[in-house]
Amino acid sequence: MAENQLGVTRPHDLWNRVLDSDLFYSFTRNPIVVISAIVTLLFFIAAGFAPWLAPHNPFDAASLDLMEASTPPVWLEDGMSKFLLGTDDQGRDILSTIMFGSRVSLIVGFSAVLFSVVVGVSAGLLAGYMGGWIDAMIMRMADVQLAIPAILIALMINGVVAILLPRDMQVDMAIYVLIMAIGVSEWPKYARVTRGSAMVERNKEYVAAARVIGVHPLLIMLRHVLPNVMGPVLVFATLGLALAVITEATLSFLGVGVPPTTPSLGTLIRVGNNYLFSGEWWITLFPCVALVTLVLAVNLLGDWLRDALNPKLR
Amino acid sequence: MIAYVIQRALQAVAVMVVVSLVSFMLFNFVGDPVDNMVGQEASYEERVAMRDNLGLNDPFLVQFARFMGNAAQGEFGISYRIQRPVADLIAERMPATLELVIASAILSVFLGIPMGVYTGIKPNSWLSRTFLVGSLVGVTLPTFVIGILLIYIFAVAWGVLPSFGRGEAVMLGWWSTGLLTASGWKAILMPSVTLALFQMTIILRLVRSEMLEVMRTDFIKFARARGLPDRMINFGHAFKNTLVPVITIVGLNLGSLIAFSIITETVFQWPGMGFLFIQAVGFADIPVMAAYLVLVAVIFVSINLFVDILYFVVDPRLRADKTVAAGN
Amino acid sequence: MSLLEVKNLRVEFPTRRGPLLAIDDVSFSIEPGEVLGVVGESGAGKSLTGASIIGLLEPPGEVTAGEIYLEGSRIDHLPYEEMRKIRGKKIGAIFQDPLTSLNPLYTVGRQLIETILVHMDISKDQAKNRAIELLEEVGIPAAAKRIDSYPHEFSGGMRQRVVIALALCANPKLIVADEPTTALDVSIQAQIIALLKGLCKDHQTAVMLITHDMGVIAETADRVAVMYAGRIAEIGDVRDVIKHAKHPYTHGLMGSIPVVGHDIDVLEQIDGSMPRLTEIPKGCAFNPRCPETTDRCFIERPNLMVTESSNMASCWKFDKETAVV
Repeated sequence: MAENQLGVTRPHDLWNRVLDSDLFYSFTRNPIVVISAIVTLLFFIAAGFAPWLAPHNPFDAASLDLMEASTPPVWLEDGMSKFLLGTDDQGRDILSTIMFGSRVSLIVGFSAVLFSVVVGVSAGLLAGYMGGWIDAMIMRMADVQLAIPAILIALMINGVVAILLPRDMQVDMAIYVLIMAIGVSEWPKYARVTRGSAMVERNKEYVAAARVIGVHPLLIMLRHVLPNVMGPVLVFATLGLALAVITEATLSFLGVGVPPTTPSLGTLIRVGNNYLFSGEWWITLFPCVALVTLVLAVNLLGDWLRDALNPKLR
Repeated sequence: MIAYVIQRALQAVAVMVVVSLVSFMLFNFVGDPVDNMVGQEASYEERVAMRDNLGLNDPFLVQFARFMGNAAQGEFGISYRIQRPVADLIAERMPATLELVIASAILSVFLGIPMGVYTGIKPNSWLSRTFLVGSLVGVTLPTFVIGILLIYIFAVAWGVLPSFGRGEAVMLGWWSTGLLTASGWKAILMPSVTLALFQMTIILRLVRSEMLEVMRTDFIKFARARGLPDRMINFGHAFKNTLVPVITIVGLNLGSLIAFSIITETVFQWPGMGFLFIQAVGFADIPVMAAYLVLVAVIFVSINLFVDILYFVVDPRLRADKTVAAGN
Repeated sequence: MSLLEVKNLRVEFPTRRGPLLAIDDVSFSIEPGEVLGVVGESGAGKSLTGASIIGLLEPPGEVTAGEIYLEGSRIDHLPYEEMRKIRGKKIGAIFQDPLTSLNPLYTVGRQLIETILVHMDISKDQAKNRAIELLEEVGIPAAAKRIDSYPHEFSGGMRQRVVIALALCANPKLIVADEPTTALDVSIQAQIIALLKGLCKDHQTAVMLITHDMGVIAETADRVAVMYAGRIAEIGDVRDVIKHAKHPYTHGLMGSIPVVGHDIDVLEQIDGSMPRLTEIPKGCAFNPRCPETTDRCFIERPNLMVTESSNMASCWKFDKETAVV
C-alpha cells in the first residue's frame, strides 16, 4: 500500500474497496438517501411477503364481515385495533389491501422495467453494431416514440391490444398486456445509451478477433458493452421503476390498467375515490400515501444514484 | 433552409401515414363493424348488403384510401357507444380540452421557466432549495393523486370549488368557452393547476440543468475573464443559449399536457376529448378511438414541426449555408 | 515595481481524504511589457496558476496562502465585484479553444462591442469603430463586413485572432494566455504567436504565456518558469534556461527535444513520470526520477535558489549560495 504526502493508505481487497469507494461514501453521507433505501426495502418486503405478513386476507370472502365495513382508522372514534387503517365498504382491512396492492403494482413495475431494459439494450446493441439502415430505422423509431409521452403510448397499446384479444382471454392476459405496454413505452432510453457504447466498441480489435475465432461478435460485445452502460442503465431503471409504478397506478385508476378485480394501488385509489364525498376519506387516502411514499423513496434513490455516478460531478 | 423544412415535413407525413394505417386497421379488423352497427336481429342477406354498402368487400388499398380521405375531412363514422357522429362529438369537446390545456400551458411555462433560470443561476440559495424540494414533490405525485387531494381539500373539506364539470359555458359561434362566467373560472382552477403542476416541475428541472450546463462552458468563463457583469452574463449569454433546448421542452410540454389532460379530465369529469377517449377505450368504441389517435398524431406532428422551425430561427448555426463555412 | 508579483501562492482542493495541494509555494514576478513563459507537463499546475491570478479559480479549489499583487495592490481574495472590474481592464485572458470561447449565438461584433462598452465610457458607434479597428489589428480581412459574422463562420486561426482582439479590447496591462495555440494547426500556430508577440510589443502589454510547447517559449518569451508537480523548478532568462539548464528536470526536458539536423541514436528521456497530486513524494518532488540525488533530497524540499547564471533553480545542488524566497 502506497503512502503519499498526506500519509493516507488505501485498501486493496474487494469488500474494503466497496466500503471505501466514493459511491458508498456518498451514500452514507446522505441521510435522506439512506432513509429512502430503507423505506424502499420495507416496501419490497411488505409487498413481497404480503400473503404471509398481512394481518388479514382481504380476498377471502368468507372472512369478511359487513358489520365491520367502513371502520375508520384506529386513532379515530369508532376505530378498531384490529384494523389499523380502517376498512373499506366491504369490510376489507385497508392495511392489508395496501400490502397486496403494492405487491401487484411492484410486480408490474419491475416486470415492465425488465422488459424495457431487455428490449432497449438489445435494440441499442443491434443498432450500434449493425449501423446502416438498421441503425437508422431503430433510432428513428426511438426518436418518434420519445416525442410522445410514455403514458399515452402505454394507454394506446394497452387499449388496442386488449381489444384485439378474444373476450375470454382479456382478463387473464390483461396484466401481461399492461406490463408490455408500459415496457414498450420506455425502451428508447436504454437503446440510446447502449447504442452509443456499442458504436464505440464495434471498432475495437477484439470484435474482429471474435469473428476469426467463430464466435459471434455480438456476444462478445455484450460482455464489453454491459459494464460501460451499467451505470446509466441502473439510473434509468431505478427512476423507471418509479415511473412504471406511477403509470400502472394511473392506468388502473382510469380503469384501463389491471383488471378491476385485481387490487393494485391504482384500483384501490379509484374505488376509494367514490367514498371521498361520503366522508370515508381513509379508503382512498391511505393507498395514495402508500403510492406517493414508495415513488418518492425510489425517485430519491434514483436521483442520488444519477448524481453519484455522474463523472462530471466527481 | 427550404430543404430542411421539406425534409421535416416529409417525415411528418410519413408518421401520419403510419398512424393512419394503425387507426384504419383498428377500425376495420377489430370486431365486426357491421355487427356493431346493425344489432342481433339482422338477417344474413341484410348483413351482406350492408357490407357492400359500407364498401367492406373492396380491396385493402381502396378501403385505406377511402379511410384517409374521410379522415382528412374529419369523417370518422358513428360512435358505437353514443350513436352520434364522431366528428360532432369531437367538435363539441375540443374547446373544453383546449381551454384547459392552454391555461395549464401558460401556468407551467410562465412559472416553470423563471424558477428554473433562478435555480440555475443561484443553485445554493434557500429559495432554490425550496423550489427543488417542491419540484421533487411535483414529479412524485401522480397527476390523479394531486387531483384527488385538491378535490378533497377544496371541494369536500372546504367546499369552495366545484369538484366536477366545467361550470357554465357560453357559446361563441361553434366554440363554447367557460372563461366568460364566474362558475367557469372556478371550475377551471383546480384542473389546470393539477395539470400544470407536473409539467411545471419538469420544465423547472430541465431549465435548471440546462442553465447549470451552460454556466460551465468556456464562453461563459471567457465572458467572465473579460470582466462582463453578472447580469449581462446570466441573461444575455447564458439564457439565450439555454433557449434552444428550452424551446424543445416547451414544445414537448404541450404534447405532454394533451396526454395528461386525459387523466385530469377523468378525475374532474371535465367534458373534454380525453374523457371521451377513456370512455371509448372502456367500451371498445372503435370509431372514437381511431379518431382520437389520428387527431393526437396530427397535433404532435404539427408541434414537432413547429419546434423544428423555431430552432432554425434561434440558432444561427443551423442556418449556416454549407458553402460559407467551407470557404474559410 | 513589478507589474505582477506572486508570493508564496498555495492552492488546495479539499477532498474527503484531506486537502490536495495543487500549487505549493509558488513565487514569481512579471515586469511591464515582458513575456513570461510558464512551461510544464499536464497537471503541473500552470493553468491553475493563471486561473488564480485572474480570480477564476474554480471551486472547490481555493487559494489558501500567499499573496498576489498587481501594480503594488493586492488582488487575491478581492470581493467578486472588485475583481470583475480588474478583469478585462487590467488583466486579460485567452484560453485554449477558440471555438468554445466564443458564444455561438452572438455575432463577433456584438461580443466585441459589449466588452468595449463595459470598460470604456464611449458611445455605441465609437465602440463599433474601435471593434473594427481591433479586428483589423489582429489581421482579420474585410473587418467591417466580418464584424457581423458568427463565430462558426470563421476558421480556427481567425477565431483565435478574434479572441485575442476581445482580450485586448480595453488595453490591459497583462494578458494571461493559457495554451493559446494548442488547439490550432501547426501552420497557424506560428502566425498566432507572431501576432501575439507583435501586439504585445506595440501595446506594451505583458504576457504570461502558459504552454507545454517549448518551441513556442523559445520564440516568444523573455523569461521562462518551469513548473513541476505544483512547484517552480527553475526560472530565468529564456536563453539561459534553454542553453544552460540548471535544474535536473529542466536539463532532462531540454535534452529530450530532438534538434533538426543532429543525428542521435536514442532520444534522451527522463525515467518515470510526474507524480499524481495525491502521491507527491517527501522532500523534492523530482527525487524518484532525478539522476543526481543526495540524501537531503529525500527529506527536505528545496526552494528557489540563486545559481551561477541568472536562473534560479529549486535544487539542493545550489545550496552553497543563500536560498532565496
